[in-house]
Amino acid sequence: MARAISPQRKFLTTGAAWAVGLLIFFPILWTILTSFKTEAQAIASPPIFLNFDWTLENYAVVQERSNYVRFLMNSIIIAGGSTLLGVIIAVPAAWSMAFVPSKRTKDILLWMLSTKMLPAVGVLYPMYLIFIKLGLLDTRTGLVVVLMLINLPIIIWMLYTYFKEIPGEILEAARMDGANLRSEILYVLTPMAIPGIASTMLLNFILAWNEAFWTLNLTAAQAAPLTAFIASYSSPEGLFYAKLSAASTMAIAPILILGWFSQKQLVRGLTFGAVK
Amino acid sequence: MSFKRSLLNTAVGIGFAAGLASVTAAETITIATVNNGDMIRMQGYTNQFTAETGIDVEWVTLEENVLRQRVTTDITTKGGQFDIMTIGMYETPIWGAQGWLVPLDDLSAEYDVADILPAMAGGLSYEGTLYAAPFYGESSMIMYRTDLMEAAGLEMPDAPTWEYIGQAARAMTDRDNEIYGICLRGKAGWGENMAFLTATSNAFGARWFDEEWNAQFDSEAWANTLNFYVDLLNEAGPPGASNNGFNENLSLFQQGKCGMWIDATVAASFVTNPNDSAVADKVGFALAPDNGLGPRSNWLWAWALAIPAGTNNEAEAKQFIEWATGKAYIELVAANEGWANVPPGARTSLYENPNYQAVPFAKMTLDSILSANPLNPTVDPVPYVGVQFAAIPEFSGIATEVGQEFSAALAGQQTVEAALAKAQAITTDAMEAAGY
Repeated sequence: MARAISPQRKFLTTGAAWAVGLLIFFPILWTILTSFKTEAQAIASPPIFLNFDWTLENYAVVQERSNYVRFLMNSIIIAGGSTLLGVIIAVPAAWSMAFVPSKRTKDILLWMLSTKMLPAVGVLYPMYLIFIKLGLLDTRTGLVVVLMLINLPIIIWMLYTYFKEIPGEILEAARMDGANLRSEILYVLTPMAIPGIASTMLLNFILAWNEAFWTLNLTAAQAAPLTAFIASYSSPEGLFYAKLSAASTMAIAPILILGWFSQKQLVRGLTFGAVK
Repeated sequence: MSFKRSLLNTAVGIGFAAGLASVTAAETITIATVNNGDMIRMQGYTNQFTAETGIDVEWVTLEENVLRQRVTTDITTKGGQFDIMTIGMYETPIWGAQGWLVPLDDLSAEYDVADILPAMAGGLSYEGTLYAAPFYGESSMIMYRTDLMEAAGLEMPDAPTWEYIGQAARAMTDRDNEIYGICLRGKAGWGENMAFLTATSNAFGARWFDEEWNAQFDSEAWANTLNFYVDLLNEAGPPGASNNGFNENLSLFQQGKCGMWIDATVAASFVTNPNDSAVADKVGFALAPDNGLGPRSNWLWAWALAIPAGTNNEAEAKQFIEWATGKAYIELVAANEGWANVPPGARTSLYENPNYQAVPFAKMTLDSILSANPLNPTVDPVPYVGVQFAAIPEFSGIATEVGQEFSAALAGQQTVEAALAKAQAITTDAMEAAGY
């Protein structure tokens, strides 16, 4: 029987959750608000919260100066492509490690994760030289491959953990009912794994969307995604915070909207196992 | 037959179209640049260049530090991503010496290379050959509040001493009303606090290295520089000065919270712009201070356009550089946006133009630029070129580390003596490791 929660306790925990949520969301909210201010209002001290003349001028300037759609399309293709490619490679890898483990499975998993511990700048030059040789500089294909490689350990880890939650007995029962390997994977495992795969893909898409080291260093004019779009509005000599905020808002809007609509899926995938 | 025929027709059509496209396609050059006001303005006029020459231009605009890392990676690996790079006085002589840049020794007579200010041309050359054309140049100077000076019963000379600046800053400070006598850079970085402090140290007779490349932070001149700076900001500076860079100080000044601000001359157009600055009509200008030893505390910098060696579009890139840094571009901007908005500090003819002489900060900018000498920046001789930096590849790394120590001293986390001792050790170790 579930433990009864007193109204006071519920009120307190709800309040605390809202406070933490607002605290985390505040920088994004502030960026969005600043994007509607003039440059002078953006740096006003004390800061102006809501009481200002809202203007769309910054968006107009950003729209006029930059080809937003090109940056957006590059972001979608690069983040989407690297996610798809990553999952195609990670599913069989995680599947085999979860269901046919060997003595070295744990070591392999740890080794894969260790590649994430290397600072990216440490391999910038070798990577750059490889890209020159392969003609991949400033191409979306190159970035799809690099971002897939960067996020692959995380995808494999997530899927592995997820698959481990699926009891072997279910598969055994399917086999006893006469299911062959194909039916077992397609009709038993996949339906159970879909929420896990979906949330992994979603998280990976967000990670790829926000990746700013490789996307800035391996692109120029053609394949630059929204991270480069934001970087083009940052200036150490000149106060352009309102325009920078407008550019940032335009860059994060698609991913915020995607996150908003898929939050149930995302939270469920990250907090619960497949059959818990 | 009809299928084969249509296939053949299609193939021929595609081939013809591709051939036609290759004949008529305009050349495209890719330019990496910074997000500074003058650069953004130039991007707006690029269509005119394309209309005149048929050359398309792709811009890659990045934040200054990102740009520096990006173009350095590309040029050292011969990546060939850019046909023109926006670089400064620090990179140009180093990259020119390495053979990474195309020499700009065959620009047209109409371009008039001799018109480039000698201080700028000198800083953008290696062994007498120009490797980058200045788009705009800057020095540093004092921007001060005329009303606060008057209220304090003071009058700013055109060329003040540091002693006078110290007195004026303390006299103008009114902490209860959030008025701070002086705002200076404190944020760590070779282009942040160390640009200011290196330029300031010149007036105190300090230098980074002696003629044998030995670090000089154990000298009395450096102790005097850093003690003066830390004391001044503690007594007359804004709270949290160790976090302030150009933008933070610009914001404070525009809101009327600084009595004086010593920083880039390019800031003059920001602080006098009534749309952004609450004190636009109360700003005066003076040369950066000295100590009576000869050198003043102003720096010298140029954002310049250079062509990386190995580009496939060298001729087109040169055409663009001639257009963007030529006299006609200045007139184009002046005609459309007024003389106060033309790129400053690059050409002698601009300062001889009576229309430009009427701009309030024009004379002080030119005087500041002319008073900086990158070849002989301080009292004693030095083995390096540069006013607020030493043009050696190791400098940016060393100065960033030293800047962190100085910033910590300003924040009160360590003494000035400790910061200088660490700076000496950091610099000595790094120079030994580099084989000097």
